[in-house]
Amino acid sequence: MALSASTPPRRPGPVLAGPHGADMRYLCLIYLDEKQLAAMPEPEMSALNARHLEFNGKLVDSGHYVEAEALQPAAATTCVRIRNGKVALTDGPYAETKEMVAGFYLIEARDLNEAVQVASRIPAAPLGTVEIRPCRDLEVDGVAHKATRRAC
Amino acid sequence: MVVCDAGQGCHNGKMSTATADRSLSARVDAIYRAESRRVLATLIRQLGDFDIAEEALHEAFVAAVEQWPAEGIPDNPRAWLITTARFKAIDRLRRRTKHDVPLDEALGERLEALVDPGRPEDAGGIEDDRLRLVFTCCHPALAAEAQVALTLREVCGLTTEEIARAYLVPAPTIAQRIVRAKAKIRDARIPYEVPEASELPARLESVLRVIYLVFNEGYLASSSDDAIRSELCAEALRLARLVVELLPHPEVVGLFALMQLHESRRAARTDGAGELVTLEEQDRARWNSAQIVAAIPLVEAALATEGRGPYAIQAAIAALHAQAPSWEATDWAQIVALYDVLLAMAPSAVVELNRAVAIAMRDGPAAGLELVDAILARGELGDYHLAHAARADFCRRLGRDAEARAAYGAALALVRQPAERRFLEARLARLG
Repeated sequence: MALSASTPPRRPGPVLAGPHGADMRYLCLIYLDEKQLAAMPEPEMSALNARHLEFNGKLVDSGHYVEAEALQPAAATTCVRIRNGKVALTDGPYAETKEMVAGFYLIEARDLNEAVQVASRIPAAPLGTVEIRPCRDLEVDGVAHKATRRAC
Repeated sequence: MVVCDAGQGCHNGKMSTATADRSLSARVDAIYRAESRRVLATLIRQLGDFDIAEEALHEAFVAAVEQWPAEGIPDNPRAWLITTARFKAIDRLRRRTKHDVPLDEALGERLEALVDPGRPEDAGGIEDDRLRLVFTCCHPALAAEAQVALTLREVCGLTTEEIARAYLVPAPTIAQRIVRAKAKIRDARIPYEVPEASELPARLESVLRVIYLVFNEGYLASSSDDAIRSELCAEALRLARLVVELLPHPEVVGLFALMQLHESRRAARTDGAGELVTLEEQDRARWNSAQIVAAIPLVEAALATEGRGPYAIQAAIAALHAQAPSWEATDWAQIVALYDVLLAMAPSAVVELNRAVAIAMRDGPAAGLELVDAILARGELGDYHLAHAARADFCRRLGRDAEARAAYGAALALVRQPAERRFLEARLARLG
């Protein structure tokens, strides 16, 4: 497996032993200014997209990759709320913020510092903000399960 | 302190006289002061948890107070304390696994790792642990005020109450900040490590910022309790000295020298009535010349080293002030040149303001006024009292008293620190 030059290989085992030994999952949410994104000339957008596809490959090689998606603009959002057993649909979130979630990477990393290293190499990072959220396990009767597990 | 309370137990021990008892208790106290933070730093690495490490540290000192009177103080108290604390923690974790069914496999592995920690408790390893603790407490993923509270608590060993008194914040607020910071370290898994070379400059910036924040809180007294304030400055200097020893980066050396140079003026900064005295009016004979003499070579070393940054430059400016026989006879041309370097490194309106004051000394108050007005016209520093105070001073020196009065008024409307307020009021009153 060839490691790319720009993505560091996984570092050796953790300093802390035991329960800290397993990798953590982090969701890297990419926030971008949609207006700025829409105004981007086609060749520039094309180059950015190509760099993201290339970055995916690097993350797979370095063992960090779990999942990644780019999202349609926030205007395409539908919100589902269930109240008193009834499904209520509304159009998108009403956040007044300029930057909206435009895509994500779900990664595996040894710790927050490694997650920061990965996040700071996301090609779109210089254009906006990357929010790193650690994933948590779902506990059932005192036993922790990865939230991606299919059944208890 | 923990040890003093636990020390009561000595009286039931085998010590023959109360005097010997007291002397042992004093020695344990001294060992606590010298070693408890080192021991804690290593325990956090070995146990992987701040709270478990603190409990284990406490238990180890209780054990020391119980056992040392009979067995004598061990040759290497630090190693004894680390080993004892680790086994206390293992006992605690084992008891927990007995009750918690099913047995947590990961916890079992952790116990095994603890029984054989795999790394000797040598001096080098322990010093690494102290640096790990500093970098973890100052991690930029933690809220800025939490970094300060956590560093003072874990690295410096101040109690929550002491931190609360120093920052004029209720103790539960400080406790809450520390609890939240520890939770984030655990949940986001902030690692207990010294950053790699590529990350070091950015991470070091955060460590130095925390140290300087602690120092400034002590230096720019916003409460009247001088003892607590000078203690904060002393803690900041101790912290900086520790980081200098472990990581002699030019910016660390620069900050250490800068704080020493500030500290050297402490006695001259206030008059008999506790009022602020400006650098211009300070009695330079009251400056601590030993501290200045010690700091100058550090400044020179920091400036001569690749990687020097804003702290080294600020230290060089402070050194020029420290070496000047008087305000008027200061090397203002050199100070302006250093501010130019500083602005190129880290552009900031506050640095521009300081540069304007130096320009006013080199070229006259009209030149300074022009620069301050340009900063204010950009819409910057309008709510910073010192910008208006500088403007007032320039106008006063130019004989434009009405403008000076108006500017002092603007500064007074913004100032919050009582001593600074009284200083500005006195200046305004002097204008008549």
